[in-house]
Amino acid sequence: MSDAIKFTLNGKEVEARPGETIWQVADRQGIEIPHLCYSPKPGYRADGNCRACMVEVEGERVLAASCIRKPTASMKVNTASERAKSARAMVFEMLLADQPAKDKAHSPDSRFWNWADKMGVAASRFPARQAPKPDLSHPAMAVNLDACIHCNLCVRACREVQVNDVIGMAHRGIGAEIVFDMGDPMGLSTCVACGECVQACPTGALMPANLLDAKGVHKGKPDRHVSSLCPYCGVGCQVTFHVEKDKILYVEGRDGPANRNRLCVKGRFGFDYVSHPHRLMKPLIRKEGAKKDAHGTVDAANPFTHFREATWEEALDRAASGLKNILGRDGSRALAGFGSAKGSNEEAYMVQKLVRQGFGTNNVDHCTRLCHASSVAALMEGINSGAVTAPFTAAADADVIIVIGARPEQNHPVAATFLKNAAKQGKCLIVIDPRGQMLMRHATHALQFKPGTDVALLNAMIHTIIEEGLVDEQYVQGYTEGFQALKEKAKAFPPEKMAAVCGVDAGTIRTVARKFATAERSIIFWGMGISQHVHGTDNARCLIALSMITGQVGRPGTGLHPLRGQNNVQGASDAGLIPIVFPDYKSVENGDIRNVYEELWGRKLDAKRGLTVVEIMDAVHDGVIKGMYIMGENPAMSDPDVGHAREGLAMLEHLVVQDLFLTETAAFADVVLPASAFPEKTGTFTNTNRQVQLARPALPLPGDTRQDWWIIQEIANRLGLGWTYTHPKNVFAEMKKTMRSLDGITWARLEREDAVTYPCDSEDQPGHDIIFGDGFPTASGRAKLVPADVTPPDELPDDQYPLVLSTGRMLEHWHTGAMTRRAGTLSALEPVAVASLNPGQMKKLNIRPGDTIRVASRRGAIEIKTRADTDVPDGMVFIPFCFTEAAANLLTNPQLDPFGKIPEFKFCAVKVESAGRADAAAE
Amino acid sequence: MLSDADRIFTNIYGLDDPGLAGARARGDWDGTKALLAMGREKIVQTIKDSGLRGRGGAGFGTGMKWSFMPKEVGPRPHYLVINADEGEPGTCKDREILRSEPHKLIEGALVASFAIGANAAYCYVRGEFYRETEALQRAADEAYAAGLIGKDACKAGFPFDFYIHRGAGAYICGEESALIESLEGKKGQPRLKPPFPAAVGVFGCPTTVNNVESIAVAPAILRRGAAWFAKLGKPNNTGTKLFNISGHVNQPCTVEEEMGVPLKELIERHAGGVRGGWNNLLAIIPGGASVPILPKSICDTVHMDFDSLQKVKSGLGTAAVMVMDKSTDVVRAIARLSRFYKHESCGQCTPCREGTGWMWRMMERLVHGEATIEEIDLLQEVTKQVEGHTICALGDAAAWPIQGLIRHFRPEIERRIADRAAAETEAA
Repeated sequence: MSDAIKFTLNGKEVEARPGETIWQVADRQGIEIPHLCYSPKPGYRADGNCRACMVEVEGERVLAASCIRKPTASMKVNTASERAKSARAMVFEMLLADQPAKDKAHSPDSRFWNWADKMGVAASRFPARQAPKPDLSHPAMAVNLDACIHCNLCVRACREVQVNDVIGMAHRGIGAEIVFDMGDPMGLSTCVACGECVQACPTGALMPANLLDAKGVHKGKPDRHVSSLCPYCGVGCQVTFHVEKDKILYVEGRDGPANRNRLCVKGRFGFDYVSHPHRLMKPLIRKEGAKKDAHGTVDAANPFTHFREATWEEALDRAASGLKNILGRDGSRALAGFGSAKGSNEEAYMVQKLVRQGFGTNNVDHCTRLCHASSVAALMEGINSGAVTAPFTAAADADVIIVIGARPEQNHPVAATFLKNAAKQGKCLIVIDPRGQMLMRHATHALQFKPGTDVALLNAMIHTIIEEGLVDEQYVQGYTEGFQALKEKAKAFPPEKMAAVCGVDAGTIRTVARKFATAERSIIFWGMGISQHVHGTDNARCLIALSMITGQVGRPGTGLHPLRGQNNVQGASDAGLIPIVFPDYKSVENGDIRNVYEELWGRKLDAKRGLTVVEIMDAVHDGVIKGMYIMGENPAMSDPDVGHAREGLAMLEHLVVQDLFLTETAAFADVVLPASAFPEKTGTFTNTNRQVQLARPALPLPGDTRQDWWIIQEIANRLGLGWTYTHPKNVFAEMKKTMRSLDGITWARLEREDAVTYPCDSEDQPGHDIIFGDGFPTASGRAKLVPADVTPPDELPDDQYPLVLSTGRMLEHWHTGAMTRRAGTLSALEPVAVASLNPGQMKKLNIRPGDTIRVASRRGAIEIKTRADTDVPDGMVFIPFCFTEAAANLLTNPQLDPFGKIPEFKFCAVKVESAGRADAAAE
Repeated sequence: MLSDADRIFTNIYGLDDPGLAGARARGDWDGTKALLAMGREKIVQTIKDSGLRGRGGAGFGTGMKWSFMPKEVGPRPHYLVINADEGEPGTCKDREILRSEPHKLIEGALVASFAIGANAAYCYVRGEFYRETEALQRAADEAYAAGLIGKDACKAGFPFDFYIHRGAGAYICGEESALIESLEGKKGQPRLKPPFPAAVGVFGCPTTVNNVESIAVAPAILRRGAAWFAKLGKPNNTGTKLFNISGHVNQPCTVEEEMGVPLKELIERHAGGVRGGWNNLLAIIPGGASVPILPKSICDTVHMDFDSLQKVKSGLGTAAVMVMDKSTDVVRAIARLSRFYKHESCGQCTPCREGTGWMWRMMERLVHGEATIEEIDLLQEVTKQVEGHTICALGDAAAWPIQGLIRHFRPEIERRIADRAAAETEAA
């Protein structure tokens, strides 16, 4: 099998690599063979149905589909025989008969028309069938089946590549047609709008709706194509921006290591926020006497009630002088800065440098604190590395995949496709989450456990593994320490006893534990369901222990993968946007390390750990911190008990906010600096897989907005720091001086290769996807096993507040909604704030779907519409935290995990009461 | 003429008991254990030597097909799949076996499965054959109860299960790979070949798919020897065959005859002759809807076997002989077949999906002469472009009847076009 196969192609002897098809060999030889139903893109199975790629094989009665036929030794293939050519032309003629005329085509530049032109098929002798009507029910995609050639690429896109199982080919023969679900209009189907079908369609039958005029005729032609990245989640999809007249016309996925051309609804249709009317075009300065009201709002569409426009000179001077005054009067500890995981590595580095070098404090943090701080704390403690040990694409090599406390289909949609691909390959997929999710449909085992009982469940699994002798003794002896203590601790957690605690029967706990332990290769993915608890670090410790005692790490298909939430949360953390560490997680309390930076930055640096996000807000309340610089963060939406955070922001003497819009946080600012949006900037971003990728600007800066790096530097220089960067690449070069994680990665290499995984040994070698095959970067080289005890959630339901509130994201809206709620398609798909409850729970509360409810906790109350959702267990309310009009974080509990300092976003007690019938509201 | 001594299906008309007792009285299940004792290789060799060619239509050597199965059973089990989705228009032979001679099929399934290393056979029965399915199930239950099949089939130490699966009414599921898809619970659409079922068949495992009749005659061949079967019929077209004669004959019937029997003799001896006499014959479709039609001049002398019919550019197919006398509107008859293929195309590949629809519409126009002479050539060209360019043979099956029509009845088509043009001129 491994030998090359020699055969004759058009009279010339050629070699096929094992597994190669005739089409692929021909393609390598520069021989063009038309193809419609075949896509050479990764993930697409050849189907051979369109018959546009037929070739003649000597001695065979019938022609062969070259896209699927593999050559055999001494086969004689002719791609250009008269018979093959005329058969292919007839296929095009038959298909052309039903197509709209080219000058009225939905997509005159489609693969179909390009091939038809090349083959000289311009007209058909056959009559056209009756054209199906267009389906324009979806806000983002137009369905015009008059152009459909039944190639079923969209079916494969939907079912095999993205595994959403929405599109199907119904009926038979000439009556066969593409349907969504049970023949529903696309907009009413379960379509998640990933747009994979649109990218796959070779005719324009499925298209971005904005590319068609009212008559369904194509409009718009991109004048340039920019290779860049998606700005949303931590998956780090590579995209191509197709730009016309400085506007993004449409977006397609590129073949990046993390996305293989795939995208989700946000990455494909979520870019018009950049030109939303709310976009700030000029710097703003707070008007004299404009009150900072913690409970009021400033209209993002009209900030002039509280702000006036200013020149950059004035705004920057005011911004810097406010900070300088506080610094001079109260010292470094009165200042703090937030960077953003949405910004680039260079911007993150500059923000932490500004705070450390300019403010003289370590009070610098960002939203990693709110997502994976506890995971990182446990990983640093256990293996002295906060990053993933394997990319999510390693799921393809795994035999057992555990997904716990994560909803990748909503939060990491493209990563989820790779997990579903693996499940379809027959891999054992174990999904563990208190809430149900679609991924469970693909799972071999779906465990819906009681919220907050993670440690009980995971310790019961550890118990099973130890008790049943499934521990990888050799690995434990060779690469870990602390096993005895873990073993002692686990004794108290037999599954039979824990079953009642976590609501999963003992047999199932034992089964999944055995599967995980005994599989050749097992991998764990987790998300914020693990981390956002007061016991988040303990949860992660258990997962680390599970992997370590079974030796399921460091090999292909094994590892630990906390799915990082934001596009650059990995990179921003690496760059030192954390109060306790310099870049590359070097402790600020270590004198030797500090010396390096003191020398580099030319001043004495703060030797104490800084405060974290929630602690900073508390320090504002305590009157310690008086001035803040916030770049791209929105704590007025994302902090727990956000009422408290807003009060803090209102108390600040001086607040500088750098953002695209007048966010809930910017409403409290003294100076607002209008910054650059993702598609306008250059920079490197590091995704959840440790892949450092280059973003390139597709759009010019609008109005009087400026590049973020330029703004940070202007502030720094007004504090006398004398920075002289002229381009993000200068910053990157400086980062490389101290960050070993960037070894082997240069700006030029990124420009050339787009993505490089770290760690990387040298510039001419690929980085290491899978790490820790041979021990860990701890002092002993061993992983430290830390036993975890059960800590209950901080605030348990009681008579007064009987329900559990869990918060998170939804597919269409990302983080605090500042971008996605200003993206037309995304807000059309999810326009209003919704709380999800189980239909049974709703019945008990006498609430109907669509009713408005009042959800109250000890900290605040919101009014919000309801949605019936069987995924949510009884006794729980789920509210995404992206809705400014019903901010879930007004309710959440700011109690912190003692190690990761992460708040318990996933659990607090609330009460729910009806606040208006849906039908009454409609009248 | 086939002598009664050489007849295999002695109860094809269901006059006797189709049950186990009746079957045993006819010699079925007699010494089956000894047949198995021949061993895999010898069974396959005997079937090869007998010259048995697949009775489903394509006429591929049955023994040869069995020999394609892996010699050793690997991690993937082997399966026998029996194609009882008898849907070819004009064909009703397997149906008679199912209802009147089911034990021949079950015994055949056992020996065939043994020969290919399979411990299970799936019999995919046409959905409309409801009573036939019942009859077959009754026979299977009897065979299980008698220990002829099951954990220790015929006490030969060979475990064997026989499963019946009912189809849902699609003609295409009679195509072996579509049948496999359907059996797997999927939409019945043919697979691309290679890989062939012997490598990747049902549930991804090595599989042999055989027609009911091919399987049902196997035990008789093994009992009576390859030479006995091979001496019947003609070289390369050996044995006996069930023929279905329908249409304009005095006594439509199913009959077992020797391969190579002259068509005229077949009809006159068994079907009571053509309605109104042989000279009233217009044409015959000799092997089910998908083989090209033959005009009387050829029918006069042609013999009914694979090679003879291929020589006259038709085929034996399923040996379903459809007789048309001179009262027949032959263009309309073929147009009706075109409609059938349009209706039954699975829609998967372009030439068949688009081509069958277009060919049918064109044929409808030709029925009334609503076309030009040049369009006959275009139709011919399209049939040539569909033939051999589709995923399965349905495209060929749709093309051949039209090719046959144009080959033998072009003057009739042209006459209608001319008449119509004349009538229109007159009207104008």
